[in-house]
Amino acid sequence: MIDIAWSQFTPGTALAGGLLIGISAASFLLLNGRIAGISGILGGLLTPMRNDIIWRVAFLAGLIGAPIIWQLFADLPAIEINAGYPAIIMAGLLVGLGTRYASGCTSGHGVCGLSRLSLRSLVATLSFMATGFLTVFVIRHLIGA
Amino acid sequence: MKYTLTSLFAGFLFGLGLIISGMANPEKVLGFLDIAGLWDPSLAFVMGGAIIVGLISFTFAKKRTLSFLGFDMKMPTKTKVDKRIVFGSMMFGIGWGIAGFCPGPGLVAFGAGEIKGVVFVASMVAGMMLFEIIERKRARSA
Repeated sequence: MIDIAWSQFTPGTALAGGLLIGISAASFLLLNGRIAGISGILGGLLTPMRNDIIWRVAFLAGLIGAPIIWQLFADLPAIEINAGYPAIIMAGLLVGLGTRYASGCTSGHGVCGLSRLSLRSLVATLSFMATGFLTVFVIRHLIGA
Repeated sequence: MKYTLTSLFAGFLFGLGLIISGMANPEKVLGFLDIAGLWDPSLAFVMGGAIIVGLISFTFAKKRTLSFLGFDMKMPTKTKVDKRIVFGSMMFGIGWGIAGFCPGPGLVAFGAGEIKGVVFVASMVAGMMLFEIIERKRARSA
């Protein structure tokens, strides 16, 4: 039996934000002809090739700039990070290494890949979802219990 | 120039979407991944909303060889489901479950000036560099 956290459930803003993410990916695809995959855009900067740097930096600047611009006009919604530093470092290493081996993350596989009905992306999404659920289960209910 | 501006615009919109949706908040992400606890299904709506728009855009994109601005369509060419994509994704999922950060939200927290966001992004880049080092060694020994 699944217990729903109704007090935290925010389908409206979740859907609105999701549509914006979709519009971002769609405009990047239809205007620039590229997949908006964040791990790939970032990772590509580590093996820089000619004419392949500026657009990556621009995309990341827009992404990093979003909370900065937001804060000029309003308070940013809470960013609650409860993991400690060793966990954050371990998580970062796993996310960096894993997404490069997988050639994509939540955006490239989960959003864009599923949208173009790619089998590879479906397998990737099911794989990271499975270990994501499992990891939280282990941390919160086995170790934390 | 156009290409750079549209990249900046897309990145910005993506960041706004992450902030509005709640995806930029690791605790919210972990609430979604905690199906055995009090489950917050909100993030399924983020994926759903993004994919609805995505599905429509890809039906347009599939018929094109050039983008609306006249750039080459650079679509992924790999189709094989191999060990790398499965184990890589599994590794990514473990990291995602530990801190509640995937790459986009990590970069948003970085931009928001969260120290842990900065540490996460630095570690993620280190992980990506490790990948390049391992791959280069593998290429040399092959």
